[in-house]
Amino acid sequence: MAETKEKSHSDEKPKPRVRPIVRLGIFLVSHSFLVSVVCFTSGVLALFLLPVLAKNTYISENALMPGSASPMLSNHHVSDGNRLVKDLTNSNLKSSETGIESHKIIAKYMLDVGAEVSFHKFHPQMNQFHPLHFFSSPDSGKIQENCSCSSYGINTVGIIRAPRGDGKEAIVLVTPYNALTSSFGEVLSLGIAYSVFSLLTQVTWLAKDIIWLVVDSQFGEYAAVSAWLREYQTPKFSSHSTLNAEMCPDINYLFEIKVHSMAGSKFSNSFRRAGTMTAALVLKVRDQSEQFDDTVSIYAEASNGQMPNLDLINVVNYLAVHRQGLRVNVEKLWSLLNSGWLKSLGEIFESLATIAKSLNPKFKFGIPATEYVEGIATLASSLYYQALGVPTGPHGAFRDYQVDAITLEISPKFSLDKVWCSDILLRGGRLIEGVIRSVNNLLEKFHQSFFLYLLTSPSKFVSVGVYMIAFALLIAPLPMVAASLYVDANSSKGDSSFLFAITDTDEHGITIRSWRWLNSAKSVFIVHLWGAIVSLLPYFICQIPDCSPTTSFMIWVLLSILSLLILNLVLASPLACVKASQEKEWALVKSVTISSVFIGLGLMSVINFATAEIGALLMVPMCLLARPLKLDVRVGTLRSCCRIICNLVLGHIAFPPAAFFLFKGMLDGFGSANVGDFWMWVESLWAWNSATYLFIGMVQLPCWVLCVSILFHSC
Amino acid sequence: MAFLRRPLLLLLLVTHQFLQLWIASGSVNEEGQKQEEFYEELLLKPLPDRKVLTHFHFQSSAPPSTSNGRHHHLFPKAISQLVQKFRVKEMELSFTQGRWNYESWGGFDSIPSSNAKPPGVELWAVFDVPQHLIDALWKNLTHTLSGLFCASINFLESSTSYSAPEWSFPPALGNLRYGTLPREAVCTENLTPWMKLLPCRDKAGISMLLDRPSIYRGFYHSQRLHLTSTGFSSEGMDLGIILEQTLTVVLQPNIQRASLARTSEKHIQPSWSLSSIFGKEVNGKCVLAETSNVYLLLDRSLVAELKQLHKENEKSAEIVLTSENFWTNSNFELSAKPDRIFIEESSLLSKNSSILYKFEIEKYSEFKPFDLGLTWKIPVGWMCQQAPLHASRFLMGSGNERGAIAISLISTQPSEGSMGANFDGERCELRVDVFQVVPWYVKVYFHSLQVFVDQQPKAVSDIIGTIHVSPSKDKVSPGVMELALKLPCNVSSAALTIEFDKGFLHIDEYPPDANQGFDIPSAIVSFPNFHASMVFLENDYLNKSPLLSKFQEKSPVMSYTEVLLVPLTTPDFSMPYNVITITCTVFALYFGSLLNALRRRVAEEERFLKEKAAKKTGRIPLLLSKLSAKLRGRRPEPPHPPPGSSSLVNSKLVLKVVLVAGLAVCWQYYIS
Repeated sequence: MAETKEKSHSDEKPKPRVRPIVRLGIFLVSHSFLVSVVCFTSGVLALFLLPVLAKNTYISENALMPGSASPMLSNHHVSDGNRLVKDLTNSNLKSSETGIESHKIIAKYMLDVGAEVSFHKFHPQMNQFHPLHFFSSPDSGKIQENCSCSSYGINTVGIIRAPRGDGKEAIVLVTPYNALTSSFGEVLSLGIAYSVFSLLTQVTWLAKDIIWLVVDSQFGEYAAVSAWLREYQTPKFSSHSTLNAEMCPDINYLFEIKVHSMAGSKFSNSFRRAGTMTAALVLKVRDQSEQFDDTVSIYAEASNGQMPNLDLINVVNYLAVHRQGLRVNVEKLWSLLNSGWLKSLGEIFESLATIAKSLNPKFKFGIPATEYVEGIATLASSLYYQALGVPTGPHGAFRDYQVDAITLEISPKFSLDKVWCSDILLRGGRLIEGVIRSVNNLLEKFHQSFFLYLLTSPSKFVSVGVYMIAFALLIAPLPMVAASLYVDANSSKGDSSFLFAITDTDEHGITIRSWRWLNSAKSVFIVHLWGAIVSLLPYFICQIPDCSPTTSFMIWVLLSILSLLILNLVLASPLACVKASQEKEWALVKSVTISSVFIGLGLMSVINFATAEIGALLMVPMCLLARPLKLDVRVGTLRSCCRIICNLVLGHIAFPPAAFFLFKGMLDGFGSANVGDFWMWVESLWAWNSATYLFIGMVQLPCWVLCVSILFHSC
Repeated sequence: MAFLRRPLLLLLLVTHQFLQLWIASGSVNEEGQKQEEFYEELLLKPLPDRKVLTHFHFQSSAPPSTSNGRHHHLFPKAISQLVQKFRVKEMELSFTQGRWNYESWGGFDSIPSSNAKPPGVELWAVFDVPQHLIDALWKNLTHTLSGLFCASINFLESSTSYSAPEWSFPPALGNLRYGTLPREAVCTENLTPWMKLLPCRDKAGISMLLDRPSIYRGFYHSQRLHLTSTGFSSEGMDLGIILEQTLTVVLQPNIQRASLARTSEKHIQPSWSLSSIFGKEVNGKCVLAETSNVYLLLDRSLVAELKQLHKENEKSAEIVLTSENFWTNSNFELSAKPDRIFIEESSLLSKNSSILYKFEIEKYSEFKPFDLGLTWKIPVGWMCQQAPLHASRFLMGSGNERGAIAISLISTQPSEGSMGANFDGERCELRVDVFQVVPWYVKVYFHSLQVFVDQQPKAVSDIIGTIHVSPSKDKVSPGVMELALKLPCNVSSAALTIEFDKGFLHIDEYPPDANQGFDIPSAIVSFPNFHASMVFLENDYLNKSPLLSKFQEKSPVMSYTEVLLVPLTTPDFSMPYNVITITCTVFALYFGSLLNALRRRVAEEERFLKEKAAKKTGRIPLLLSKLSAKLRGRRPEPPHPPPGSSSLVNSKLVLKVVLVAGLAVCWQYYIS
């Protein structure tokens, strides 16, 4: 500081010396148009480059040691599993009230191998909209007053205590099973789990307890798993529901097993626990398959885009591919696989890579075009499911309690007849055994590998450090454009008036002008308030009995418009406050809108990155391009025409329902689209406490409204 | 080998004789004074879930004497020195691996109440010194034991890891310190020093059975060392010490899997013998032992079940249990003939009485090794007697911020209201003592204690009779909670919950495996109104056997709950550098901009500069600068020409950068 002072002393004509960071800021703000175009295009490009930048997965935690031990599951255990399958299918044919009967069979089999068995009765909890329920930890649930015997679900729980373990940790194996309409696939998944279970009762290497949870999926798999977890983690000691359960005749019949089985058995009425859960595997077998290989599909997305530790997926992938010869699948958007433009993009990247390789053979970043297209399809589905915030399977319930969990769905090559049955039992069983064994090796909980990643194939991933770049580039122009708009609006009032204000030293005028943005901030705030009200409305609408989705949606739209009008009347209109003197009002409104969108996107990227990414793709161009149509029409150049068209298109696409229908149409075709679908989709979002819902209601919708209001601004 | 063996045997016999003579002479020399004694015993008990409990009991005692000085014949010197140095009145150290299964292995007898221990190391000691000296002695004791048993007992030295229970821990005598290390791994390196305290090591007698692989293959094993010293007189020399070493192992007899699959044989209990479960036999007793016995205990309910089976099979009204042929009857068969059969006095609690078969090892030798076998002929199923309430403990909640500990007590009695142990009038109470130590980083809120009885919330004051709480101090001492619950006798379930916040540790305080989580040691649940004791008829003999006299002692029923694992917030240890850099950058940016915003006044600066420009530069500063230049020995520089326009500088800079980049590209190209 002293030096600069001296310099200013010595200089003939001292200039205010601006610090380089400020100079850079001023430079960027003054060239905001160029910067925003460059940033946005490079952001989109970076997003499309992600499959190229993806790294191969590797097992980060050394303690896991997958596949280092040879599998111990033998044909003997497979025949055990086969016996259970046979018994269950027979019982299905035999008796009508199979529900209870098959639970008894499963419990008896568990007891036979020496496990502790207990039943867990639960009420399926209806998903209800709690306005303040987002992000809150799952509570123990409400006590339902009138629950009849028919609405009970029964989970069968078998626990193997590790012979020499200290019982502090446990691994959970979940098999969904609907006793009433049991498909062969479900029975087979029970068979696989049982063959592993019977092996695990004999092994000596077990260090963690094993919990086998057969969930009653008649009320949905997720509901059953989350009911069990709720009882496990946050039990209610003062509830009456368990007492009620004892009175139901069916359940009493179930407990006769205690009498029938030999004395000294480990059956108990009370809820059984083992220690802290390390990991959970949900196992399913699909009935029909259209695959050409035996495949394992991995589903990992939990609520709000949370993912299990990458190591868990790596272990499954490694064991399935390199040990059991199964093909591993992660979800893809199949519709993208055939798109020509992606293929050509992939070819461009491939040729670029070959050119780069010819320059320097060390540059090896190219991937074949077909692989690229598959990578993009996987990445898109990965982004989509994370953005949706709805778990893709019952494993999502575990993630709510910070337990790493995935769903494995085995789909056999052939239709499931007896011959291939034992092959699937053996290979699936060995896969599960291997995974359990390597999780059992863990000394600490999963922490070594990534939690924030996107998969581009089962063995390739993009970590947070890479995919953040695309998002950062997308939203980088927002603050600059906001600043430049603000400066513009303040100064371009006319240089003369600015000078006039200065020379007159009209302090009052300066302050008024510099605080003018507050007016537009108020209007933006009102619209955001309206957004909050709109997102609360479904809570009241869903209380209306006998309402079809279409009518609810209509009610919602009507109420939203009504509330917007009321807010306008009561507080102030964002449009009507424009005075003739402030012709640049729209620029200020846009500037404030852009900054609020920037804040919203930034916040959302912390909560659910994928939502923020997709939201940024839609909203950033809309916000940046928004300009009163009148102005553009008045100018009438080619550039303004383009802008008008872009604005109109974006204004349609970025409207949340429109975006939803567009997306749905791309996936399933436009024929089946129905207005009620959007309502159903929204309902599912809030039922799963998805933050995406809040994002749409409180960031995207207000932003769209503000942008549209700017478009139709009268100036 | 045969030639070799005979002289060896002769030698052994000779030494045996010599030793006996020597001991006898020793005892003759000190007439009136008791001599040091050593007993070895083994108890075998079949368990309902196809396993066998083996309980080794070794007891050596040193009577108070002045004549020996510091020397002992049989008693381990290390222990007596330890007792003398640290003034230990009573001490117990246990190393345990695995969990005692209270539901299938029973929780009421004296074996589980005194030998079922929490996983890892548990140590408690009572000192015979004034209160202020205890902590120092405890610290030294932990270090000594740590060296003696090759274990990290010295971690109990830190004041955060031990506590001083007031009354809830059963040997409540004041002056008590209690500490556990739940994560201590137990292995042969701990067993060997323990074995070295035995006079015969594992070379002779019952301890020959202690085959390491088969012990550590077991489902539960707990080695325990318990010592009591009888009074320190003022001289400090003459003190009697009783050292009791027990090893409790639960083993599964080897069974062929193929035979298991046969449904008919599935429920039959496995047959076993000493050689099949340990792979060794007993070749006679340890010559230094007073008595050397093996017992086979049949549980009360097992005996009842057998009686029932007998009745069904043979229709005979009464069978004589003590008859000579009971050991080979239609239910099971023993491979050796018991020397004696004891029957328990039927107590108030149950009509049935357990049966104890005694086998004396003295009669067996190397040529006729002792190998007890039990062969079941028919399937039997029974339940072991359990403590009145089954205690289990678990964590509630999730996340890194807070949670709750819950202790649930569930009645083990199938029907309600059959706990007629202490009916006094209309109000019947079941007293349950709970002793819980929580480490300081689990910050328990004692006000949040909630009690539920039969799924109804109850006022804490109604249920809890006495409560003693010492809150934890950060990094100084753990929190201790002692509760005496008064539950109604017909209680079917009770639960205690208490909430806690998870604390933050300093980065140095994390153990190497911080991501595993942190342990909360087992809580102790004891039932002071219930006593585990087995009183056998024919008392006269039993006094000679330390194991059986131990059975007769009235000890309160005790059980340990599970160890809990609390995941705490852990920093990312792998990248401290990144964290430090990022944090520093953020701080620098934040404070820099904040200071700028607070300190600089842009408008004033501008005005100031403008004024400067308006005025000409003053004379005096110019003179001063000239003067300073002269002093430095340079000619006064002319005022700097104003630097070229910034765009020129920029273009120069860009040119330089382009030049360097071009050079780099060329360089790269030629290199490759």
